Amino acid sequence: MKRTRRNRWRAQHHWLEGLRRRLSPRIFFQRHAQVALDSLGRLYRNWLPSLMTAAVIGIALALPSGLYLLLENIDRLSGSWDGQASLSVFLRDNVSEKAAVDLAAQVAAWPEVGGVKLVTPAQALEEFRQHSGFADVLDTLHENPLPAVLIVTPAPEHTRPERAAGLQARLAALPETGLAQIDLEWVQRLAAILDMTRRGILLISVLLGLAVLLVIGNTIRLEIQNRREEILVTKLIGATNAFVRRPFLYSGIWYGVLGALIAWVLVQAGFWLLAGPVSHLAGLYQSAFRLQTLPVSLLNLLLWGGISLGLLGSWLAVGRHLDAIEPA
Amino acid sequence: MIRFDNVSKRYPGGFEALRNISFNMQDGAMAFLTGHSGAGKSTLLKLIALIERTTRGQLFVDGQNVSRIGKRRIPYIRRKIGFIFQNHHLLFDRTVFDNVALPLIIAGYRHQDIARRVRAALDKVGLLAKERLYPITLSGGEQQRVGIARAVVNKPLLLLADEPTGNLDPDLSREIMALFAQFNDVGVSVLIASHDIALIEQLDYPVLTLDNGRLAAS
Repeated sequence: MKRTRRNRWRAQHHWLEGLRRRLSPRIFFQRHAQVALDSLGRLYRNWLPSLMTAAVIGIALALPSGLYLLLENIDRLSGSWDGQASLSVFLRDNVSEKAAVDLAAQVAAWPEVGGVKLVTPAQALEEFRQHSGFADVLDTLHENPLPAVLIVTPAPEHTRPERAAGLQARLAALPETGLAQIDLEWVQRLAAILDMTRRGILLISVLLGLAVLLVIGNTIRLEIQNRREEILVTKLIGATNAFVRRPFLYSGIWYGVLGALIAWVLVQAGFWLLAGPVSHLAGLYQSAFRLQTLPVSLLNLLLWGGISLGLLGSWLAVGRHLDAIEPA
Repeated sequence: MIRFDNVSKRYPGGFEALRNISFNMQDGAMAFLTGHSGAGKSTLLKLIALIERTTRGQLFVDGQNVSRIGKRRIPYIRRKIGFIFQNHHLLFDRTVFDNVALPLIIAGYRHQDIARRVRAALDKVGLLAKERLYPITLSGGEQQRVGIARAVVNKPLLLLADEPTGNLDPDLSREIMALFAQFNDVGVSVLIASHDIALIEQLDYPVLTLDNGRLAAS
């Protein structure tokens, strides 16, 4: 009788103590840190297969992030012209230099115009001589074939494409105008191409993300099979599904982290290899353009992307295969 | 501690391992479960540990009806039970200490408590000196004692043992049984399945005899 009462009390105490343990944040973190380290240790002990899996993930993550970064660089290159889109107004041959100066002053007074610069035929010829490398050929010409040009910069609120087009029409309607064209139209076309490419890269990213998910899922499935006996025993002595699941989820996270780091190294190495040729090319164009290397934000994105994909992949694998292992 | 109320167990395929089993085991009692091979001893223990589920009837463990208990609650019932297997079910890729610590880790004990309790349990079964060894280097009797230490380390209310002396010589078997008697003395209920009639008869505990899935009068 006495023993019965003692056991009853112990049964309750058991329950209370279990609750206390489950609610203690310190034990919770201690446990998670331990499982995380244990999972990392397992990867390290089988470092070659782990590295191979992580490398596959790394390559799959490196491709879209490398392409994205390349795109950002091209965007940056074209972006440096964005703010200063201007219009070139080529005047007719019969417009005198005086008339051209008057016209420049007249156009400069328009509300939609920010500034006007007149390039006389002589200035244009000189500029052409300096930059084109055709100086010898130009010397053989008897007269200057170049027209006077007004370079019109729209007022800040008129730089948007449709406004600029309106300005272009007004300039084209002037009697002195031979041809009025919006410079750097190609910048806009490039922007459109970049937008399309960006969409393409998004698509590739989604597909490769899916591939990463499958790789991690399959790796975790194999690991579950290898640790079948351990899962059985822990379930037999009272492990919850959450407990059994945890090491595999951490394995998935580690694969994601390692994959992200490998991707970062790959992209970094790729850009290092490209940096030389690109600055050479930029030098030929007399540009100080340099490839921008990986921003920290991209490393951040890679890491979180890797962790999410790793966690999701292992979660899917664990959900499918863990329930099938029940002691019998 | 354990109450069977007209419990039957039919395996998929139609084999009826247990038929209309009814008995009641008091808190703090110790009993043997015996019978010929295939009589249903293992099945009965598996029902208690919820490794197998009852087909008909009610089963109570520690006052709780577990016959229809949900899957999610099974682990918490199992933590009240220490199960000792004939083939030990030790994990060979970790040390004796880590094997014994497993139930405490699962239940979420603090690091310091784990070390203290594991050493106490190993001391109890006389293996304190071997905590750093791997199970593969131990003899059969020592492996069985590691299994016992793991079963008792979280101070369960109930110990179940399935042929714990199956592979041991008579001297070792007596030692193991004496160990169970010691746990019973401090209030743990013990149910041991064994076909070692000679050994059982030396000890003065109630015996449940199974015959073809039925409980024989004893």
